This record gives sequence, structure tokens and C-alpha cells, in this order.
Amino acid sequence: MQHSVSIKDLSLNFGNVKVLEHLNLDIAQGEFIVLLGPSGCGKSTLLNCIAGLLDVSDGQIFIGGKNVTWLEPKDRGIGMVFQSYALYPQMTVERNLSFGLRVAGMPKDEIARRVARAAEILQIQPLLNRKPANLSGGQRQRVAIGRALVRDVDVFLFDEPLSNLDAKLRSDLRVEIKRLHQRLKNTMIYVTHDQIEALTLADRIAIMKNGVIQQLADPHTIYNKPTNLYVAGFIGSPSMNFIAGTVDGTTFTAADGTKIPVGAYDFAAAPAGSLKAVLGVRPEHIFLGEDADDVPYRTTAEIEIVEPMGSETLAWTKVAGIPVTFRCSSDIPLNVGDKVTIGFDIARGSLFNAETENRL
Amino acid sequence: MADTAVPLEAGAETAHRPGLLKRILFHNLPAKIAALPMMATVLVVFVGCTIWTVYYSFTNSKLLPTGKFVGFDQYERLFQTSRWNVSVTNLVAYGAMSLVFTLVIGFILAVLIDQKIRFESAFRTIMLYPFALSFIVTGLVWQWIMNPTLGLQGTLRNLGWSNFSFDWIANPRMVLFAMLIAGLWHGTGFCMVLMLAGLRGVDEEVWKAARVDGIPTWRTYVSIVIPMMRGVLITAIVILGSGIVRLYDLVVALTNGGPGISSEVPAKYVFNYMFSGGNIGQGLAAATMMLLTVLIIMVPWAYLEFGGKGKRT
Repeated sequence: MQHSVSIKDLSLNFGNVKVLEHLNLDIAQGEFIVLLGPSGCGKSTLLNCIAGLLDVSDGQIFIGGKNVTWLEPKDRGIGMVFQSYALYPQMTVERNLSFGLRVAGMPKDEIARRVARAAEILQIQPLLNRKPANLSGGQRQRVAIGRALVRDVDVFLFDEPLSNLDAKLRSDLRVEIKRLHQRLKNTMIYVTHDQIEALTLADRIAIMKNGVIQQLADPHTIYNKPTNLYVAGFIGSPSMNFIAGTVDGTTFTAADGTKIPVGAYDFAAAPAGSLKAVLGVRPEHIFLGEDADDVPYRTTAEIEIVEPMGSETLAWTKVAGIPVTFRCSSDIPLNVGDKVTIGFDIARGSLFNAETENRL
Repeated sequence: MADTAVPLEAGAETAHRPGLLKRILFHNLPAKIAALPMMATVLVVFVGCTIWTVYYSFTNSKLLPTGKFVGFDQYERLFQTSRWNVSVTNLVAYGAMSLVFTLVIGFILAVLIDQKIRFESAFRTIMLYPFALSFIVTGLVWQWIMNPTLGLQGTLRNLGWSNFSFDWIANPRMVLFAMLIAGLWHGTGFCMVLMLAGLRGVDEEVWKAARVDGIPTWRTYVSIVIPMMRGVLITAIVILGSGIVRLYDLVVALTNGGPGISSEVPAKYVFNYMFSGGNIGQGLAAATMMLLTVLIIMVPWAYLEFGGKGKRT
């Protein structure tokens, strides 16, 4: 199968600083890929390399089967949307959309047709004669998407497009981008540091750290089977609970001697003998009271902090001497000092090698 | 504010309200006291002296402003004086060329220095340095350089290039260009720094977007960046324009109006008649004409710029 975008052995150095190192990524036609990571992890740099805004130090980039490593951005068949919208402030929305096409010398009726189509898709027809200064943030970002749309390209690149918007608009536009993708079925590469955006939008998420892709998988796998400690800690809010200890056969022994049976855990490769390990359990995989009857590990714990969040409640307690958070329904009354029974759903937990930090 | 927001109480409030004069005088008193010196300066120096100038331009005052009213006599004489007419023509020609070239060269220098070059701050300092000199120094330096016998021409001829000729400063038809050289040397660096600030104010993502759109670099500058720099351009034009209108010291140091009257400028005319010619009425008439010219340009522009409410983007 031909890949829409294919990155082979890509490296990028700024002087002696290696920003990207031997990076490989294949993206299928029509796929929505999210590059996720903290600031400085190289995700925006990678996107700029794909767009052709940065010259790569080594490696190759293919778009639509064509080697575009040394082509100008305009010849790569990409459209790009930026965090700051990057609209041309002195031009009307209509000129913003059409300017690139005009400069390229496209026939007027074709330009008009494309602008009309983009305006229809994004529902910005009433704004066509306004200037960017008279638009709201959400409208500006729509126009910016429209500018990518009129280019009639196969690959869309988004560089943190929603980061400048407030929370409400962000979730609205998120849905709209998803709708746009379902309608256009273009390949989209989307950079963000917001895990909710990543989990909701992506077909596959690439989690990056220090210029290296840590895990590339669909959101479900990323969330439930993180490949290493970094991914496990980065994804999920509140984040996963980690308990350090050793694993020996089917028993995990925490640092303070608490024994937790992990026979239900789906080992990728069962460790031979005793091994230093970290047990990770997500807050929603810790059950309270009667719900905990069927899980392999139960203990009694004292509630230390209660955070009601409306739809659910987040509670802090200690297991094996380590602070642990768990979620429960907000209908259950919880008070600080309550002694409750909680159980770990080990089958949905994660075990990591403490030294290599990789999943066991 | 209260009148519209609370209409019911408005009537009751009016009864207790102090008189209009009192309100104007005593509302926010400390701020008014603080502004008093500046207000006095504006009233006395700018408004007062302008009225004084205009008034005495209609008298036949000689050494002292004491003459009697003579109507437009001074103005008639002014426009019959070839020195004044040459001055005005010179100023218009020099001003137009100086403004255009300073802006264009300043912008090009700014673009060049904006290419992430090495030693940028060193270049910036070198370019800006002439602006730190007074026009007198600039004028003197260029007078020496362009002096046909002592300067560049003399030096190169002494070195053996015997037919080399660079005598603009002594040539009535070229002396304006000699002034232009000195003026540009003095002003372009400053213009460059202003333009550079404007260029730096353009979001880098706009450049990226233009590249993705396939817009050539020159086209990006012309169609996107320069329109975005409107504020900086207006600042530069106002500063350069006011420098051109009051042009005086450069001429005095460089050519002293010569050869003949071929590099005279209005400000010099005013100064000469008022302080050395002993003809205050004539000097003030010339000054009034300068003011009038500036107003004719500024008023329509200010009206366009600030008049239409909410039109600006």
C-alpha cells in the first residue's frame, strides 16, 4: 500500500543540538495522525520539516509517493494551519483565501469556485468581506483552515491550531476539525500538547520525547497499553498511579513489603526471576467497596483528600505508603478519614521494567 | 454616564450638581495642576508665538517688532524675491528625493539586516551612528569630503587620476544632490532601525504561511509585510518630514546656501531676515508661509487618519 506521507530516517540538527534523530513515520492515505508531546520535544520541528519550512540534515520525506525532501513548501501538496492563525491582516478574508492562488496565476473562475467551496464547508460566507481584525479567534482559525482548503491538497498540517482559543471554542472547533476530516478524508497531521485533542481526534497518536517517537498507536492502545513509563505518565489526567517494587513470577512486592498478585496481568514476556518493576494503575481502574469484590488485589485505605469534579469524584489515599488517586461516582459520599476498601484491576494495569522503563 | 444609566435619579442629581464652570475647574484637580506647565507652554509658546508671528508678518517691522500694519506687502515682496522662490523649489526637490530615498534605502537596509546575519548589532550601530551626529558635524564632514580642491576630487587627482571630477558642491546644478548625499548618510540609518523594528514585529508564522502559499519573497514584502508596517511607516514619514521642513543646519555647514543662492532653503531665509538681515516683518512672513504649507499638507491627512470614526483597522 502506498503511504500518503512517509518519513525515512529523518534527522535534524541545529548546530550540535540534535532535534530529531533517525525518525521514521509512515502515514496512510486519509489518516489523522496527532504528534503529541511536551514543549521542546520536536513535534513542531517535525511538522515544519514535513512542510518544507525547515531543511532536514539527513533522511528523506515522501508525500504521495514523491520524494519532496528538497522541494519548496508550495510544491509539496500540503496546506498548513498555524497557532497564531498567520492571516494577512491588511487583506479581507476573501483575499486571504485567494491570495496564494492569485499569485500562482490561477484562472479567476477557478479561484472563485474554490473560495466559494471552502467558505461553504467552513461556513464563513458572511465573513468574506471582513478583515481579520474584525473576526473572533474561532473565525480567524476557520479562515486559516480555509486558506489550507483552497489549495486543494492531499495533506493538511496543523500546528497547535487551537492553542490560542479559550476552552469552550477549543472543544467546538475540535469537533469541527473532526467533522472536516470525515468529510474531506484528507491525510491530516496535527501537532498538539493537549492530550484530550490528541485522544479525541487521532486515528493514531505519535507520542514524542526528545525528538524520538515513544509510541505510535491508536488512542485506545496508547491509553490502555502504554509502551513505557513516559507514555504512561504523559497520557491520562489525573495521571496514572505508579508503585515501585519488584516482580517475581505472579507477585509484585512494593517497596514497603505489600504484596500484590499480578497473575491476571497480560505479560508481553513473563520476567525470568525477580525484577525491579513499576506497577501502574489508572485512577479509574481502582474500584471502591463492593465493586472491588472481583479484582485480584484489595486493601483498606484511608481517604486523605476528596476532589469533587461534578460528574465524578477524585479521591487521594495511600497504598503501600505511596499516594494513590482513584475515581468514583460522585453519588458515593466520601469524607476525609473514611476507611474504605479499594481494589486494583490488575488486568488493566501496566507493569514496567524499572531500569529500561519499558512495558513488561 | 450616570445620566443615562440612572435616568430616574438624574433630575434629583442636577439640583445638587455644582455649576459647570466649577466642575470643569475642580474635577480631578491634581491632574489638572500637573498638566498646567505643559498647558501653559502649549498656549504661550505654540499658540501664542504663532499668533504673534502671523500678526507681525503683516507689519513693516525692521530690527524690532514695532512696525505699523502694512497688509500683504511683506508677502508680495516675499514672492517677488528670487531667493525665496529658489528656497522653496529647493526644499520641494530636496524633500521629495530625501523622503523617497531615505525610506527606500532604509527599508532595503532593514531587509538585508533582517536576514539573520552575523554581527547584526554591530551593523546596526554603524548604520545608526550618523544620526547621533548633529547636522553641523555631518555638513562639515561632507563639506571636506566633497571640497573639490581638498576632498575626494583633490586626493584622487593628486594620486594621478587627473581627470577625476566630483565637484557637485561647487556646481549650482548639482549642489542639491550633494546635500542629498549628506542628508541620506545622516538619516537612512535611523530609518533603517525604525523599519527593522517594524519587520521584527511581523509574526514569523505569517512568513511561513506565505511560503506554504507559494508567494515569492519580494511579493510577501510588497503585499503583506509593508501593509503590516503602516504604523512604522507613518512614524518614519512624520519624523523625516519634520526634519526636512526645518532643514537649516545642514545647509549652513555644507554650502551656506551657495554657490550663489542655489542651495538656499526657507528656514535659512527666515533666520537670515530675522536675525542678520534686520527685517523681522519679511522673516515672519516667510515663517508664516512655511507654517501654512505644513498645515495644507497635515490637515487633510490628519482628517483622513483620525477623522473617520471606527474606520481604522
